[in-house]
Formats: sequence, structure tokens, C-alpha cells
Amino acid sequence: MKRRDFLRNTVPAAAILPAIVDGYSVKAFNSNSPLLQALMNPTIDTDHVLVIVQLSGGNDGLNMVIPVSTYSSYYNARSNVAIPQNRILPLNGNTLSGLHPAMTGMQSLYNENKLNIVQAVGYPSPNFSHFRATDIWMSGSAADQVVNSGWAGRYLNTEYPNFPTGYPNSTMPDPLAIQIGSITSLTLQGPSVNMGMSITNPTSFYNLINNVLDPAPNNPMGYELTYIRTVANQTDQYAQRIVASANLVTQQSAYPANNSLADQLKIVARLVKGGLKTRIYMVSTGGFDTHASQTDAADTTIGAHANLLKGLSDAVKAFTDDCQFLGIQDRVIGMTFSEFGRRIKSNSSLGTDHGAAAPMFIFGKQAIPGMTGVNPTIPGGATVNDNIPMQYDFRSIYASILEKWFCVPSTTIQTILFQNFQSLNIVSDAGCRTTGINDPNQSAGEELITNYPNPFTESTSIRFKTKGGHTLVQIIDMLGRVIRTLTDQDYTPGTYTLTFDSGPLPTGVYYARLQNGPIQQVRSMLKVRE
Amino acid sequence: MDRRDFLTARRKKNPAPARTFRTESGLNPYAGPWTKNEVQHLLKRTLFGSTKADTNYFLALTTSQAVDELLTPTAPLPSPPVNDYSPGTADPNVAAGATWVNNPTTDGTLNSARRASFKKWWTGVMINQDRSIREKLTLFWANHFGTETNTIGLSHFIYGHNALLRQNCLGNFKQLVRSVTTDPGMLIYLNGYLNTASAPDENYARELQELFTLGKGPTVAYTEDDVRTAAKVLTGWRINNTTFTVYFDPTKHDTTNKQFSSYYGNTVVTGQAGANGALETDDLIAMIFTKDEVSKFIVRCLYRWFVYYTIDAATETNVIEPLAAIFRTNNYDVKPVLSALFNSEHFFDVLNQSCLIKSPVDNVISCLREFGVVFPNTVTEYADAYGMWNYIHNWLASQNQDIGDPPNVSGWPAYYQAPQFHELWINSDTLPKRNQFTDTMITNGYTRNGKKIIIDAVAFTQTLSNPADPNSLIDDALAILYRVPLSTASKQTIKEQILLSNQTQDYYWTNAWNAYIVNPTDQASFSIINTRLKSLYQYLMNLSEYQLS
Repeated sequence: MKRRDFLRNTVPAAAILPAIVDGYSVKAFNSNSPLLQALMNPTIDTDHVLVIVQLSGGNDGLNMVIPVSTYSSYYNARSNVAIPQNRILPLNGNTLSGLHPAMTGMQSLYNENKLNIVQAVGYPSPNFSHFRATDIWMSGSAADQVVNSGWAGRYLNTEYPNFPTGYPNSTMPDPLAIQIGSITSLTLQGPSVNMGMSITNPTSFYNLINNVLDPAPNNPMGYELTYIRTVANQTDQYAQRIVASANLVTQQSAYPANNSLADQLKIVARLVKGGLKTRIYMVSTGGFDTHASQTDAADTTIGAHANLLKGLSDAVKAFTDDCQFLGIQDRVIGMTFSEFGRRIKSNSSLGTDHGAAAPMFIFGKQAIPGMTGVNPTIPGGATVNDNIPMQYDFRSIYASILEKWFCVPSTTIQTILFQNFQSLNIVSDAGCRTTGINDPNQSAGEELITNYPNPFTESTSIRFKTKGGHTLVQIIDMLGRVIRTLTDQDYTPGTYTLTFDSGPLPTGVYYARLQNGPIQQVRSMLKVRE
Repeated sequence: MDRRDFLTARRKKNPAPARTFRTESGLNPYAGPWTKNEVQHLLKRTLFGSTKADTNYFLALTTSQAVDELLTPTAPLPSPPVNDYSPGTADPNVAAGATWVNNPTTDGTLNSARRASFKKWWTGVMINQDRSIREKLTLFWANHFGTETNTIGLSHFIYGHNALLRQNCLGNFKQLVRSVTTDPGMLIYLNGYLNTASAPDENYARELQELFTLGKGPTVAYTEDDVRTAAKVLTGWRINNTTFTVYFDPTKHDTTNKQFSSYYGNTVVTGQAGANGALETDDLIAMIFTKDEVSKFIVRCLYRWFVYYTIDAATETNVIEPLAAIFRTNNYDVKPVLSALFNSEHFFDVLNQSCLIKSPVDNVISCLREFGVVFPNTVTEYADAYGMWNYIHNWLASQNQDIGDPPNVSGWPAYYQAPQFHELWINSDTLPKRNQFTDTMITNGYTRNGKKIIIDAVAFTQTLSNPADPNSLIDDALAILYRVPLSTASKQTIKEQILLSNQTQDYYWTNAWNAYIVNPTDQASFSIINTRLKSLYQYLMNLSEYQLS
């Protein structure tokens, strides 16, 4: 039992037995006491933030983190795009690998102990289609599974299971996740509703960054359009909080100009510093699909890919420096990903084709510095069929971040990622050693559907609250298929209990989805072996 | 854009334009291009949304043929509402699935169930509308006469009132006013059945002039005495509570001569005894219809419903007055007026396109129709169909347009409340609900009794001309869903961010689409395009542009 649960359970309204919390004696305070609440929620104001940086197109990892120790194999496989050995940026205390010459920012971060480079991240049976591979990475599925929700969305659904009913509220006044840009991605899709910000209101001011809003012309249509947009902005339930948070931050350290990723990260730093309790931010940059002209013909250290890596490196460095400047460096980590790496062997058009595993960067002061894994093995005479084999499953990265950064218990991680994954030492777990941080969130909002026990082996009781009228409770599997309808009828308002008898269904994650008029809510459940 | 601009942009951007943009165009027959744009404009204003099939159908006609067809409904009138409430609510006389409209009852519980049945049914009728103006015009008249089911109470009268409006929606307005005057629903709603010589009730006499025919305004000068006098004319109409029929009771009728004011040319409606007392009602209506204000007022109401709410001096002179003259010349037949309006340069003037804020009904029903959302069969699965219509009706009500129950006899404020008019439909409560509705329909839909209504994003996309080309896909979808044009830059952004998942090459979408077409049962191929198409349509329906017709 976690300490918080212990307190919850043992300090009822009229408790007289003393309990000790952080050295304070707590006596006869009921569970609504501000002091007890404050003691029980010690970490809420220093909540952790994850920034996900998406590199769209499939980044050529082999030219980003270069295997110095096997340089000749590397060079032979891709001589027309290979980075000259003497131009590779060295890493302190690491003679085996180096970085692309454009990544001086990442080099500094590594040398400042703010970067973990995870080698050869991928998954079994890699997919080479941009769309499918992107969906696999965003959903956190296996290659042969089709999952219609995102891994971060499922995490947020377990953390804030009652969302969106009763949100925002005092526990969580802010968006659960924000995608800088106009359209939320699959990553933030929960089992039922999207946990991200922009999709519910694309007219919100984030769009202005990308100038997605067309100007309203001076005619009746433009007049009405302006009116509707004005209401839309006023209506955005989070807009005021976001603007207020942003306005609290008047000074930031320098960011590179003409760098859209830097622009996005600058906003992230500002919102985090301004006090938003938002857990997950997504930013993205594209153009990594370098089939041709990845490098300059005469100088492989410059060209399209070099520019992309420089943009990434400069932006992440500036952001990490700004986090330091703003004093939020212990709260923020970042992670880069791309849907796949590229082929070991280059093609004749100075490019590289779709590949498999590639390195990921975990950045921030709380990243465990160094390199995880070893340089990929490059066959002597690499052919067009050779791909970099994976060393780490990308879901191990997710699982490790959930475990060590967001303090998610391992059974819950299993419901998010559908199975157990190797825990990697990529981010400090100091924040999770003493107490969990998620309990208050899990009761925030209006709880309409719960189950007990959870995890369960055979059957579980599902308790739901209906506001009356037609009410539906379905059991949905992790692939989004309805496998059972527990009730589908009219009810008078109240709380009811149903039993879900899972029978021969395999162990794994199931969702109980409540639909009551326009309301819906989803409960994650885990079936385990006895 | 620097940081500060970014944060203040939403306040600085798009300052309300000066309203100097009205047009001088009038009723000359429109002779310009007849492309999808014009067809869409006409259809979205006269139907609840315009499907691709509708657009193609009317594109093959000329403008005037299209208008003629829209104004000439050929589909049979909808079958009446049925008992969808048994066995939950027992009905001794009407079997489940049979219509209740011929079995009047005074039972409160039964009437309550039937009123609900009526609203579900009406929602379904609009969803299943034919290619004519009938349903949009029926809703117009329902708004115009503004009765409330909660007040009328008796469900068969509620249905009868609605059927009267639908049957005569394109007919003679003068006759419609006469029919409505002694329609039992209206007699109950405005207390006409309690209006007797000894205790006159002015309620209907006032609204007849102020809301139903003459309207208000500087040139309308009937007096309070005229209201009282009109009430006397209308005394004697009663409802038989056994036979549920309207009759005229001469003993309750004021037989004195009724002297009207100079506004009505000092007309005297001669008092008549006996059954002839009922004829005074015709005299009263004939007198009111001598005033040109009737034609102008009704034309303005139609204009605000079908074109735009601002009527400036030029529009009054170039459109309202000529249409009013047509109305009078045709002895108050509605159809010639609408024909002249919809065939006019003014109607197709670009300044009158894309500027109408959709009403909740238009918003919801259009969405369902344009995406071809499949409902349970109206006849063989009537209980399921009514359940789904009920769900849709609840969305209409939550967006402030509870059909059958406007806020009061004036109808919905969006059609009379200056200066905002249609803008009143959109506020901080209703706009998120509009988004919620479209979000729900595109993501999970609504499941009830094992049946599901949902926007099938892939099926809809398959109806487009070339879904493998993401540019053409977006253009085609916008051509169906939108009236406001999106810039090339916006379409490009939407394409790249959604359909291409941040790639720049169109063939990524093309390959994904073709992979699905080749192997439609492969779950991964389906999921790849389905996820992106759902995001696309959800996004398009969340943009402010989607609210305009």
C-alpha cells in the first residue's frame, strides 16, 4: 500500500490516532483538512513534464550518432553520404561514438550530462511505411497489432480516468496534454476521447503560430466568421489559464531564429514555467524523409539532413538552457522519436531509404547522462537489405519514462503498454522514490464508471453512474473492438453495478466504456492470470 | 511572429470589419455561372445540407429548373408518428408501431409520451427529407406561428398543427392564416377557445397582427383598440372535448358591429348572429390583408430565414418591396415569391453567400445528411429509429432549438432579435456543443440497442471523385461540407498535418489509400486511413467556417 493510500484509509473524518507525515504530527484532521491535503500532495506543484519531439519522415540515425568504433564498415556502406571521421563530434568519455558535425548543441548537452543517447531503438518486425510506422510508434502497439489510441493518451486516461467529465477542476485546471501546432496526434488519443488540447478547439490560439486561420474578408461572411471565431476563443475553457500562465513569464534565454522547433519549444518552456500542470507536450518537425540529396555532393557534412539535425540540436540545446534559466530543469525531460531510421547502405542519389532501428535522445537535467546500448553492428559488405537491428524496444523507453518519471506503478504500465517491457536507466527516478504523484488526479473530475477488483482474474464488478435515460456500458478490447455489451437500456438516474465475467477472454487490457446521452467515459481494466 | 504578437494575436486579428458591404443587386433573374458553388448555395439554403448526389442532380438542371423542382415537392407527405412508447407507457387503443394521431386522448401520461414521439418523428422527417424546400419551410412556419407543444399539451393537435403547416407550406399564405386561426392547436395555444363575448381574450387577436401578419414597425399603426376589436370578431370558437373538433358557438360570439381604426380605413366588420358569426373571422383576415405591410413583413421573414438577417435600405427597395408586390399580385401565394427570390441576382450575389449562421437544426441535420449517416429502418426498425431520432433531437434542444418548443410565440430570437439575429445561435454554451456533437458523431457515434449511428469517414470518402489524391480529397470534401472557401495554404497545412502525417509527398496518402482499396479487410490498412480521415473531418467540422452556410 502506498503511503497516501494508508493515510486515506486510516485518517477518517474523526481520526484520533496520530500519524506522522514528513515529521508533522497529524491528528484529528479529516481527509478534507487543508493541512492534510497539503501534506498528502507534496509533489503536485512540481509535477513532471515530458516533451515529445517528433521527427517526421524517418530520421537517418546512422548519420546522427555515428559509430566511430566501426567507422570503416560505416563508411563502406554509405561512402557517398558518410561523415568524414575527422569531422565527427566527439563525446566526453565516449570514444566509441560521435555526433553529426551539425549537432554541437547536442554535443554540449552530452558533455554537460544532460543527454542520454539510446542506441538502436525499434521493435520486432519493423514496418517501413511512414503511416503505419508512425501509428505504431504513437499508439505503442506491436507491429502486428492495430491500436486506435495513443500511448500517452492511455497514460493520461489512467492518470485522469474521469476526463473529460468535470474538467477542468481545481486538481487539474489545465489541459492534460498540449500539442503545439494545430492538430493533435494519435499519441494523445485516449481509449475514448482525445486527451490532447487542440483537437477540441482548433480555433484556439495555437493555430495562429502556423497561421492556419484564413483571414476573414470584409463582407458578411467575414463578419460572421469573425463573430464565431471570437466566441470560439472566448469559449476555450483553457485559453485564459494558458494566456495567464504565459504572461507570468517575461524573460527567457535565447533561442535560435528561423527554427520552428525552437519556436515550439520556447512556448513549451514558457507554459511550464508559467505554472500549467499539463503533463505532456508534443512538438514536431518534418522533412527527415531523405531519399535523395541528403547531403551536399561535395561535402557530406552539409546539406538537407545537416540542416535538419542542426535545427533539432540547436532547438533542444536552447530549450534545455532555457529550462535551466527558468529554474524548471528538474521538472522537464524531453524525448525525440522518428517513425523509423534509414537503411545502412545509402542509395546512389545521395540519400537513404526507409530503415529500421535508430537512436533516440532523452534530454534534460534529469536524464541519466551517457549512452544506453552499443553502436549498431554494421555488416562488412552491407547490402540494400541490411537494416540496423533493434537493441531496445521503443516501448521500453515509454515504460521507463512512465515508471521513473511519472511514477506509474508497473501494473498500470501494463495496462498502458499491454505487456511488460524492460526498464531502462535513462531518466532519474528520484522523484518517484518517496511517493506517488498521481492519486489526487485519479479522483478529479466526475467519476462515472469504476470497476473492482482491478486487476481481475475472472470477473469484475463495474459500477456506473447514469444521469438517467439511455445508458450503455460496453467492454472494448485494446484493438478497439466491442466484445461485450453489458447494458443498453434506459435507466432512472442513479448508481448501478454490473458484472463483467470475462470467461475465456485472454488476459490483457479491456476498457469499460460508459455512454449516457452525450457523455462518455472509459475505465481501463486489466485481466491477469490467477 | 514574435512572442508578444503571438499572445495578443487573437485580440488583434480579424477586427470586426466595417459593415459597408451590402449589395445593390435586386430581383433580376440570375444569369451567371451555374457551378457547384451556386448549386451548393441554393441547396444549403433550401435543404438541410446538400449531399454530393443532391449537388450533382441539380447541377444537371438550369437555375430556374432547379428552383422549380425545389419548390415543387413530389414526395408523399411523411407517414404520421407512431407509438414508440409502448410497452413502457401503455396505450389502450394504439398498438406499438401504429400511428396514434387518429386516437386522441386526454390522458396526461400518454400525451407526454406522444409529444416525445412527435418530436422524434419530426427530427426523423427532416433527416429523411426529400429534395424540396418542404421541410425547411415547414420549420419556417413553425417558427413563424411559434406554438409550443408544452402549452398545447394534446398531442394529436400538436401533430395536426404541424401537418397543417407542412401541407400548406408552399400554398396560399392568406388561407394558411385563416386555417391557423381556427386550428385547434392554435386555439389552445393562444387561448382562442376561451375567447367569448362575455370574457374576450385578446391573446390571438394581438399576435395575429403583431407576429403573424403585419409585424411591428413605423408603418404599422394598428391600435390597441384594434386588438380588442379583433378579439371580439374572433369570439365563439370552441373545442369539443369529446370529439376533439373545433366548432363555432354562436352563443359565445359577440354579435355587435366591430369598428376598426383609421389604419384599417375605419372598416366595420358587421356583427352576425348564428352560424354566420364565424364568417366574421374571414372578414377580419380579409381586412388585415388589405394592408401592404403584410406582404412586406412576411417577405422580410422569409428573407431572414433564407438569405441574411441584415435588411438595409437598398435591400428593402430592391428586394423586399418587389417581392412583396409579387406576393400581393399572386394573392399571397408563397411559391411565386420564393421562386423570384431564389432565381434572383440578389440571392446569388457573392455577398449573400456563405454568410448564414446555420441554425442548430440546420447544423445537426445537415451534418447527418451530408455524411450519409445510416439510421435504423424507419418502418421495420421503428423503435430503434425513434431512439436514434430522440438522441438527435436532444442535441437540437441542447443547442437551443427544441423543435416544437420555441421559447415563446415570437419564435426563436435569432429571427427577430436585432441587432445580432442569427449570431444568437452561437454562444459560449452552444458552440462547444456543436463541436461536441460533430466530435461524437465522427469518433464513437451513438450506440443504442445494439444499433449504432456514426459518421463512416471511409465510406464518405469513397464517394468522392478521387480519394487517392489528397488534394482532390480535401477539395471534394470541402465542396460538400463547406461554403466558406479555405485558402490554398490552409488546405496544404491540413493535408500535410493530417492526411500526410507531416510528410510532404502526396503519394504517401495515395499509397495508403490504394493499399486499403486493394485489401479492404486488412485491419492495419483500414486503420491507417480511417484514423486520418476521422481527424480530417473532425478538424473541418471544428473550424468556425463549418458553422456558416
